[in-house]
Amino acid sequence: MEILQYQFMQNAVLAGVLAGISCSLIGVLVVTLEIPFLGVAMSHAGFAGAILGIIIGINPLVCAFIFCCLASLFIGPITDKADFKPEVAVGILFSIMLGLAFLFLAFLPGAKTEALSLMWGSILAVSRFDVWVIAVSALVVISFLIIFFRQIKTVLFSRQVAASLGISERSIYYVIIFLSGVVIASNLTTIGGLLIFSLVINPAAAAFQIAYNFRNMCILASIFGVGSCLLGLWFSYIFNVPAGAVIIVSSSIIFSVCLALSPKKKLRHTCCRHE
Amino acid sequence: MNSMHEESIIELKDVTVTYPHHTALESVSLAIERKAFMGIAGPNGAGKTTLLCAINGLSSILSGTVRVFEKSLFPHIASIRRDIGYVPQIIACDPRIPLRVREVVSMGRYARINFLKRFSSEDRKITEYAADMVGIGHLMDRPIGHLSGGEQRKVAIARALAQEPKILLLDEPVSHLDLNAQASILALIDKVHAQKNLTTVMVSHQLDQLPESCNRLILLKEGKIIFNGTTQSGLTEDILSQLYGCPIKVIKNGYGYTIRVGANS
Repeated sequence: MEILQYQFMQNAVLAGVLAGISCSLIGVLVVTLEIPFLGVAMSHAGFAGAILGIIIGINPLVCAFIFCCLASLFIGPITDKADFKPEVAVGILFSIMLGLAFLFLAFLPGAKTEALSLMWGSILAVSRFDVWVIAVSALVVISFLIIFFRQIKTVLFSRQVAASLGISERSIYYVIIFLSGVVIASNLTTIGGLLIFSLVINPAAAAFQIAYNFRNMCILASIFGVGSCLLGLWFSYIFNVPAGAVIIVSSSIIFSVCLALSPKKKLRHTCCRHE
Repeated sequence: MNSMHEESIIELKDVTVTYPHHTALESVSLAIERKAFMGIAGPNGAGKTTLLCAINGLSSILSGTVRVFEKSLFPHIASIRRDIGYVPQIIACDPRIPLRVREVVSMGRYARINFLKRFSSEDRKITEYAADMVGIGHLMDRPIGHLSGGEQRKVAIARALAQEPKILLLDEPVSHLDLNAQASILALIDKVHAQKNLTTVMVSHQLDQLPESCNRLILLKEGKIIFNGTTQSGLTEDILSQLYGCPIKVIKNGYGYTIRVGANS
């Protein structure tokens, strides 16, 4: 417990708890909507934006936020207007953002240390301001889930059924995509562009394996997310290893255990679909 | 004729719906009276589901007008949808989705309560009643993905009933079900139509398995209505042969109709 007397560790623990909750909750939504790759695409959008920020001398977090928001505004309408599945729009976005990230990296003068550190993140170097940013994004996600819980649940079940009930399903769907961009951008410098999508997907995918109730899935995913972050920090402190990497390994182990114990694994994906 | 028009709960006038490279409905006009049971039938691709979805605004209409409850669908779509229960043919959800039957049936109530209202004991009572009425009360705590196809159809009907609708739209509710499940669902549809005083519109492929209450029939071919009248007058060999483009034999028996392809069969 003596590690918590240090300000940097207090910040790291707070950031880990908040990141674990917000990323896992967003993960619950994107995993249930069957667009988990959204996390990957968004993290690359944030990464490209942050590098552009470094080049033009603006706070990388602000630029990452702008890129993620723009990307989220692109995915929803393009999926609804064009005649293809959301994964295709996400795939196109991913390739565009990856290309832009490499392009901006090429324009970055001198050593690329700052840009590369965005890939791995630095939870132990997180400032109190960063903690506030993560806290606000977590609060927005939690509020959205609590206020619109019933509507979100219906959209996750079927967008068509939600629309037939008079629920503004398109708004709910777009807000989910937008919030995934907000959460990923706000956690980019802490967890890192390459690692954050694992924190979005793994705890939610683990909870999906064992939960039969949407509320329980949200709670379990948050516990797994926070647990992974705290385990990562603890191991990092004890064994002097990169915290981000241990967070991802922890969440992957949790997922593997849940998968092995899952009562759902015998349910084939196609067996209960109508037609 | 004028009095019938005044009784209409659903009115479509010159409705055209198009998809890329394909016209699904072409200048379709019809009126459905309050408490009627209207069957919609026709070959594959005739526009049956599109017509059903035009009523609750799920189909994007290119031209024409749709009036439900004597109100134009747009801009009153949200309030109109509140009173229309819709049972789609396909619910493309993951069978492993973390939702229990109770949660899915409760969704019907979400049409009636906005995000600021709590799910009251009255809402809970209505949900339970809808589930009991369709005979799935004992399945309420089961995960939705653990149910058979027939049970999932019953859940969809219970969800629509929990909405306390005035109109019930059913899209091929017995397709892909075994004979026992078909009979059970058709009897259930008859029961809820009568007990709830509903106006029911049902798309079906199986003309010899229409519910007993189905007293009106629309036959669609290539996006156009080729017959609109009583079920009895629509189920004739001439009309059905024209509809399907092949000789059709209609045999009337004590239970209803048997419909076979081939004039001499």
